[in-house]
Amino acid sequence: MGNLFTSTIGRKLIMSVSGLFLVLFLLFHMSMNIAAVFSTEAYNAICGFLGANWYALAGTLVLAAGVVVHIVYATILTLHNRSSRGEQRYAVEAKPQGVEWASQNMFVLGLIVVLGLVLHFYNFWYNMQFAEIIGNHNLGPFAPADGAAYIADLFSSPVYCLIYLVWFAALWFHLTHGFWSAFQTLGWDNQIWLKRLRCISNIVATVIFLGFALVVVTFYVRSLGLCGAACC
Amino acid sequence: MNLKLKIWRQKNAQSKGGFVNYTVENISPDTSFLEMLDILNNKLIHNGEEPVVFDHDCREGICGMCSLHINGHAHGPDEDITTCQLHMRKFKDGDTITIEPWRSRAFPVIKDLAVDRSAFDKILQAGGFVSVNTGGVPDANSIPIPKPDADESMDAAACIGCGACVATCKNGSAMLFVSARVSSLAKLPQGRVEAARRAKAMVAKMDELGFGACTNTGACEAECPKGISIAHIARMNREFLSAKLKD
Amino acid sequence: MIKLESKAPQGPLAEKWSKHKAEIKVVSPANKRKLDVIVVGTGLGGASAAASLGELGYNVKIFCISDSPRRAHSIAAQGGINAAKNYQNDNDSVYRLFYDTIKGGDYRAREANVYRLAEVSNSIIDQCVAQGVPFARDYGGLLANRSFGGAQVSRTFYARGQTGQQLLLGAYAALNRQIAKGSVTSYPRHEMLDLVIVDGKARGIITRNLVTGEIERFGAHAVVLATGGYGNVFFLSTNAMNSNGSAAWQCHKKGAVFANPCFTQIHPTCIPVHGTQQSKLTLMSESLRNDGRIWVPKKKEDVEKLRAKKIKPSQIPEEDRDYYLERRYPAFGNLVPRDVASRAAKERCDAGFGVNETGLAVFLDFSTAIARLGEQTIRERYGNLFQMYEKITDVNPYKEPMTIFPAVHYTMGGIWVDYNLMTTIPGLYAIGEANFSDHGANRLGASALMQGLADGYFVLPYTIGDYLSHEIQSPKVKTDTPEFDEAEKAVKDKIAKLLSIQGKDSVDDLHKKLGHIMWENVGMARTKESLEKAIVEIQALRKEFWANVKVPGTDKEFNQELEKALRVADFLELGELMARDGLNRTESCGGHFRVESQTPEGEALRDDENCLYVAGWVYGGADKEPELVKEPLVFETVHLAQRNYKD
Repeated sequence: MGNLFTSTIGRKLIMSVSGLFLVLFLLFHMSMNIAAVFSTEAYNAICGFLGANWYALAGTLVLAAGVVVHIVYATILTLHNRSSRGEQRYAVEAKPQGVEWASQNMFVLGLIVVLGLVLHFYNFWYNMQFAEIIGNHNLGPFAPADGAAYIADLFSSPVYCLIYLVWFAALWFHLTHGFWSAFQTLGWDNQIWLKRLRCISNIVATVIFLGFALVVVTFYVRSLGLCGAACC
Repeated sequence: MNLKLKIWRQKNAQSKGGFVNYTVENISPDTSFLEMLDILNNKLIHNGEEPVVFDHDCREGICGMCSLHINGHAHGPDEDITTCQLHMRKFKDGDTITIEPWRSRAFPVIKDLAVDRSAFDKILQAGGFVSVNTGGVPDANSIPIPKPDADESMDAAACIGCGACVATCKNGSAMLFVSARVSSLAKLPQGRVEAARRAKAMVAKMDELGFGACTNTGACEAECPKGISIAHIARMNREFLSAKLKD
Repeated sequence: MIKLESKAPQGPLAEKWSKHKAEIKVVSPANKRKLDVIVVGTGLGGASAAASLGELGYNVKIFCISDSPRRAHSIAAQGGINAAKNYQNDNDSVYRLFYDTIKGGDYRAREANVYRLAEVSNSIIDQCVAQGVPFARDYGGLLANRSFGGAQVSRTFYARGQTGQQLLLGAYAALNRQIAKGSVTSYPRHEMLDLVIVDGKARGIITRNLVTGEIERFGAHAVVLATGGYGNVFFLSTNAMNSNGSAAWQCHKKGAVFANPCFTQIHPTCIPVHGTQQSKLTLMSESLRNDGRIWVPKKKEDVEKLRAKKIKPSQIPEEDRDYYLERRYPAFGNLVPRDVASRAAKERCDAGFGVNETGLAVFLDFSTAIARLGEQTIRERYGNLFQMYEKITDVNPYKEPMTIFPAVHYTMGGIWVDYNLMTTIPGLYAIGEANFSDHGANRLGASALMQGLADGYFVLPYTIGDYLSHEIQSPKVKTDTPEFDEAEKAVKDKIAKLLSIQGKDSVDDLHKKLGHIMWENVGMARTKESLEKAIVEIQALRKEFWANVKVPGTDKEFNQELEKALRVADFLELGELMARDGLNRTESCGGHFRVESQTPEGEALRDDENCLYVAGWVYGGADKEPELVKEPLVFETVHLAQRNYKD
């Protein structure tokens, strides 16, 4: 493999593989969340299952590594690309036709996603998995395995709902480009698949967005107590 | 038509440049953009000023010599053309037109609007060829090539090496240019023989010369005067990665 | 006095080249390494020659005025390249290609050279395919062909409308491979400003680095001129803006005989001139005449309505259209050679049937072909040409016919060379459009690419070896000699003079004036009076140039005006020689039409009794008349006949 990972395409390969891995994780996380909509018990069972077991920890570490790799290489590539553009910038720049907005703002979108992630860790992971790892079950207001309680609590706040929805929207933009772009980098694309992958990319991003947003919206609506628990 | 021009002037590679404003009057809409600059230059010469330097040659959109970033677009606001094919009917009377050189670290400005694109030659020298000597080759019809393959190879081979892809890419990436050559030859049996070596050598040279990485924005494809598809970039990625993984 | 010896070998025509190759000397690989060759120009001829010489092991230096060898104007050739492959089973052969080329050139080319050209044409196609040139193919995977003017067979290979580009990219790739290997060193943005002769042999060149302005010296054992034609003497032509005749002209001034300078090809299908500010003319490929039909209205009132834009051309009914080429030349129809088609267009326009505002245009109509084949097929064949046409004219050629008019395109004349492609200066070679040898008085379509590559890949690499085999004892050429000093000083003085004038007229102003004189008097129809007038006017303009030109900037920088000034200074001398040559050649032949010499039907009338020769011109000195030397043309195989494209 030689110096594959010092080449620009090699670095992009790392971006695409780590990105696709994170998409897989998002799909898993989303499926898990949706369980909470239908049954808080089922959701809490999953939370309990994914406590501080070795497999959960291993999974977390791999996941964290994926995130870190994705961010580190994004930073390396972005710095390299900025310098490739040269010091003197254009005075007038027009967006060429057919270029997606997201594709030109991936790093910024990525930053928003990371900021959201930090907040998300503080809201959930710290109180749940971290609490179990350090063995302090009183870190948060609820038991670490009672994920549903944390969800219900957080999304009763309209401000948090809004922040999370914005976060998901940034993720949606990031994914609409990132997903097909990963395949392009892997060399899957050709004239025919270019269009297909762009379409699939939009579908995947939208499914992930809707899946996550469903939980937020559902719990917010429930918190309003308009129809009682029975109807939801 | 009367127009205001805002043109980047730079004495040489070392000096710091800046915009200078000019006006041109009574331009016919049927005049080409470069003819409009000829008119400006002739006026400047008569006024005892230095004419604006810009690269151009064939003026029919095939040599790839002309460049110019016009009102934010490489090769100006029309589609699928080079600057020399742009006509003034695409502008309105009274418009202000901003004209800048290609901007990329790998394409330093030589003077005014002319840039040094020799990096492209260097990339092609690294492997953009089929290693056959003159003579001793088989009959031209001894290798049948499926028409779709020959056509796709020709699609990529239409690249004129103008550098609009690099100029328009926010990363200063040359991936479309390099992939057009890699892909064109990879689609033909003659080129397949050394396809792996070629992809590795050309990408390595591209990286060495300081071009940026591709982020698949597709801006290059949109501004390419020959409409070369970014699908060729995917093919090059495939060629490159499979070659590297075998090493 | 110089004697022009063609050195064409004796023996039957078909065996000349093989015999010659067997007889000439070769250089051993060990000795090739010690020999330096300079190639000026990187078009099809220069790039293929430099690549092939590099492969053989010579040390090659290659120079071009553009920023990359790939920009050379060969790239703009659209339609195709001829070869006698007979892939279409239409009874084509080397002999037929040879015969068509000789006849197309109106019997003013050297038989042996043309036969060799036809002979190596097949190898060119093989070579290009091996390099990965994506020629058009049929569904079976084999190569496709189309027809071109002056031929009744389909022998033209093509890559959409970008054949020249693809062939040049092939040669450029071969060149790049040698550059990477180190056998060729490339000097882009360098312009040759003089030839250096040492002991009667070409030993080097003086160049100007166009970016820094530095004057540089390069020595070599042989110099190859591949600098193309001089059509830009007319200011408006289909040549690229930077195409020029200066390198060739400097060689002429140093002793190389210039042959047939008046032989200029006026291409029939160019986009008409639209105004006084136009900088160049755009060619519409001859291949369009495969499917396009040329016509003007039969009725004057339709012409008036068209000019007043009261009707569209498509509204003129079929019976009111005069398809004058089909009418006059039924056997070849729209595919007559270029000189014939151009004159026929001029005849109709002179008769008052020209169709645009200026009255200088005819129609090229695709409606019949679109009806027969469908728009999609036409799009596949000519899509990029149609798009180019629409971008320039704002007219959709799928709906309305194109308007076209003849324009200067190619110069058959050039530096005189013998069968080995060597000029009258030992060690100086000229290939491609820069020489005069293969196209006589008119070049057939798709033959320029063929000649450039034939010379570069398959002729020069053999023949130059014969000369260099005598040079193996010569040491590296030193450039610190009095000959180089003198040449460099002359160049510097000329530049200093140009910059010192600081007159009133820009170079372009003066170049336009020259172009006007040339087009009016040395253009499509020439008379004794017009040619004499041209000589006087050019001499006066030359004086005006040297008294009144304004070249801004300095010589120590990127100075495009200075580049142009140097080139126009040479055009002002070359233009006069063209007129002189036209005056001397009292016959009409090919692209050279003397009004005094025509058949009752208005066709070019040759005078084989008095004009069966190559007119070679020896430089006589500044403002002195040149001396004429003749190479008699001997036709051993072909029977001379009046060209006939009627039946």
